[in-house]
Amino acid sequence: MNIIIVGDGKVGYALADQLNQEGHSITVIDNKLDKLNNTMDQLDVIGVLGNGASLDVQIEAGVPDADLLIAATSADELNMICCFTAKSLGAKRTIARVRNPEYSAQLNLFKEQFGLSMVINPELEAAREISRVLKFPQATKVETFSKGRVELVEVKIQEDAPLVGKKLMEMPSVISAKVLICAVERCHEVIIPKGGFVLKAGDRIHVTGESRQIAAFLGQLGGLKRRLRSIMLVGGGRIAYNLVRMLDEKVFRVTIIEKSQERCDALCGLLPHASIIHGDGSDTEVLESEGIAGVDAFVALTNIDEENLIMSMVASQMSVPKIITKTGRFNNLEIMEKLGIDTVINPKMTVANQTIQYVRAVQNSVDMSNINTLHKIVNGRAEAVEFTAGEDTYNLGVPLEKLALRRNLLLALIVRGDKVIIPGGKDSIRSEDRVVVLTNEYKFVHLNDIFQADSSEVEAVEYEGTLYL
Amino acid sequence: MDFRIVAHLVGMVLRIQSVLILPAMAFCMATGEQKSTRAFFITLVIAIAGFMLLGLMRYDAKRRMYIKDGFVAVAICWIVISITGALPFYLSGTIPSFLDAFFESVSGFTTTGASIIADVEALPRGMLLWRSFTHWIGGMGVLIFLLAVFPAISGGDNSISVMKAESPGPSPGKLVPKLRQSAKILYTIYISLTILQILFLRLGGMPVFDCVVNALATAGTGGVTITNASIAAYGSVYVDMVIGVFMILFSINFNLFYFMLVRNFSAILKNEELRVYLGVIASATVLIAVNLTGTVYHSVPQALRYAFFQVSSVASSTGFSTADFGQWPTFSRILLFLLMFMGACAGSTGCGIKVSRFVIFFKEAKRSLYRVVHPRSVELVKMDGKALDKTTVQAVNTYLVTFILLFGTSVLLVSIDGFSFETTVTSVAACINNLGPGYGMVGITGNYSAFSAFSKIVLSVNMLLGRLEIYPILLLFSPRTWKRI
Repeated sequence: MNIIIVGDGKVGYALADQLNQEGHSITVIDNKLDKLNNTMDQLDVIGVLGNGASLDVQIEAGVPDADLLIAATSADELNMICCFTAKSLGAKRTIARVRNPEYSAQLNLFKEQFGLSMVINPELEAAREISRVLKFPQATKVETFSKGRVELVEVKIQEDAPLVGKKLMEMPSVISAKVLICAVERCHEVIIPKGGFVLKAGDRIHVTGESRQIAAFLGQLGGLKRRLRSIMLVGGGRIAYNLVRMLDEKVFRVTIIEKSQERCDALCGLLPHASIIHGDGSDTEVLESEGIAGVDAFVALTNIDEENLIMSMVASQMSVPKIITKTGRFNNLEIMEKLGIDTVINPKMTVANQTIQYVRAVQNSVDMSNINTLHKIVNGRAEAVEFTAGEDTYNLGVPLEKLALRRNLLLALIVRGDKVIIPGGKDSIRSEDRVVVLTNEYKFVHLNDIFQADSSEVEAVEYEGTLYL
Repeated sequence: MDFRIVAHLVGMVLRIQSVLILPAMAFCMATGEQKSTRAFFITLVIAIAGFMLLGLMRYDAKRRMYIKDGFVAVAICWIVISITGALPFYLSGTIPSFLDAFFESVSGFTTTGASIIADVEALPRGMLLWRSFTHWIGGMGVLIFLLAVFPAISGGDNSISVMKAESPGPSPGKLVPKLRQSAKILYTIYISLTILQILFLRLGGMPVFDCVVNALATAGTGGVTITNASIAAYGSVYVDMVIGVFMILFSINFNLFYFMLVRNFSAILKNEELRVYLGVIASATVLIAVNLTGTVYHSVPQALRYAFFQVSSVASSTGFSTADFGQWPTFSRILLFLLMFMGACAGSTGCGIKVSRFVIFFKEAKRSLYRVVHPRSVELVKMDGKALDKTTVQAVNTYLVTFILLFGTSVLLVSIDGFSFETTVTSVAACINNLGPGYGMVGITGNYSAFSAFSKIVLSVNMLLGRLEIYPILLLFSPRTWKRI
């Protein structure tokens, strides 16, 4: 697809990078030459210098023939004008980044009037991600499928966890929850495990299942026992605002530390239940006097990566049970893990994934069998995709054990109506099912992609996904 | 510098080289030139052995290729390809000395067309085909070909540095977002134009072999021919005109052909470089024709015919000739000498300093002069209606100065041989601008064989400097390049 990205900032760059890796033709528009040159050196994209909302610049960038324009400048209003102009020039679809919470009520109006296909809001998505992790504090990452009914969580196996040294097929004897371990990250390798796979301490496992079952699984896995109650946030920006609005005020006690007096005043009005502290969170004194030692969770949300990292290390030193760190540019998870930082939230990657999900879905002209959700996991090295099966899906009703599925993929879950099925060899895909597939090799756009093109290999490949259940 | 990436790229280039040898080898087999066939076969074996050996090296495909790696890799690849390209000449005994064969091969790949062979007509036809074919390959660039053929040659998306190093002009860029796609478009245009020229020449009644060989040499703006008298041997106005026009076509920016294909005519009209280039060719043709009328030729049409062909040949850095322009009046000779340096348009197969650099340079000079009188004036240097970045302008100035310095140094080095002033200066000018023939001993009736081994190496380096636009080759001479960091 021809995709045009306006704004070569953090989000614009991440989008260009990810979409370029998906094989699309990307044109980036920005009014800063240095940034454009840098992007063109790093990525196989073309740059156009100028104001992305201007007609001439858009024509030069080829907007009239574009399949998609994404406006990701820092100004919401500019983004909307970009999309409006692009739409009138004939761009097929437009996506705008709109992040001012004050506009959230009129998003549908914008979508209609400016012809937006989608609105992306990195701060809102990041807040959602954090709130999910706060719900399952043992997990380092939580993603949802099927509108929140199914979760995919990433957990690090601790030394004392009951699963250590067990084969996957022995799991039911240790933990009673009905969940599926669908990917294991060990020594920076991604493994889609089989029944005989033995878990070790230090593995990061990705587990999927119904929300209740996941909660039960995490409970039995050990680690954090009690629910989180008190949360300290540093940095009172949009993420903090969105996050506090999502959290149940009866359950959580939230403290926000913010540097700017003005912002503190504004937050006081916006978030009456949170206690707002005016102070510099990068100052350890401030953190200590506000009781960092006693909080259940610490969330570093300032705009400066370095400050977030240092604060998180301080929190780690104070043995805060759950630490969540937001990063912008710095994205080396291996180093952060060494520093004791478990859960890293990267808003730009979150929206990049969201956009890829949308792009893959529109790439597919068939309305049914579409991608519903796509999550990149293990630092982008594997992906979990949720499809809806339609009438045109192949092999409907055929038991999985008789199907030739491609290698290096796992059919993790089938959601049928209210039922969540962890499929075994006798189960089959039916029309209208939602199917969650996990892979570390392919980029699927269609559910039928999971089947082997050559059906002669049917006999040779047995369904290996759930042998251990 | 990352040696692994460079080795990997060299391996890839050898692989391509072993494929590129096949047409000439097949031709030799078909025509029964046993010696040549054997020479090509041995070259093929060496190339294959080379890339297999390099293929054994551990290579991490995820390593990023940085600009420096790209530049050095391009320079080394061009040297490697010149050496392997010299093997058929040497092994078949066509050129007994390896240094001479190397000179001939460098001259081929860099589209110079400077030759050490006195009697071209005595060469086996397979070798003549190979000579022209090296022009064709070198014209658009071996590594760009590589980009078009392989998905991502190395380091994923950073292959742009390879394109930057190999394609000529002050700010080379892509036509479409995907590099590979851009490379494919360029080669499609290149191949189509070449075929078109072959057809046009055939219509003029030229033998098929001659059509192909001359078209290949024109496309790369190279300039080797298969007759001692160059294009004059055909003695046809039609052939002169076809080749004259195609030399110009191949020396204008290929992006413009793409714009034509996508019907973006306003971009072509806006292109200042093209206007200046065509303007210079037209005025130089008229001036030389006026100078020639009465002194060398009797009639105006005759003078125009020869003047046009020679101007087009020199400006496009091809180096064909239809007349011994070394014997022309001094004014014409000096004008042609200056045209050598102007060279062709950026983004074409032509060489020289490039018209766009001169356009930018003159605009900047004008602005600087204006500022002497109006010190507070603010004015931007614009090209094609767009303001140019200060660093681009600065890079052009640096390039010009470096070019002149290298030219001067090379002249000094070649002068050790003690040939005439004219021969020494024009031989270096013809090599560094990738033209081929100069004046005096290296004029179109002469050749480069009399130079000492040292001068031949200097001139070979000059040809590579000219084709790769200085920096990749200069980087090779910098000690820091050879350190790991």
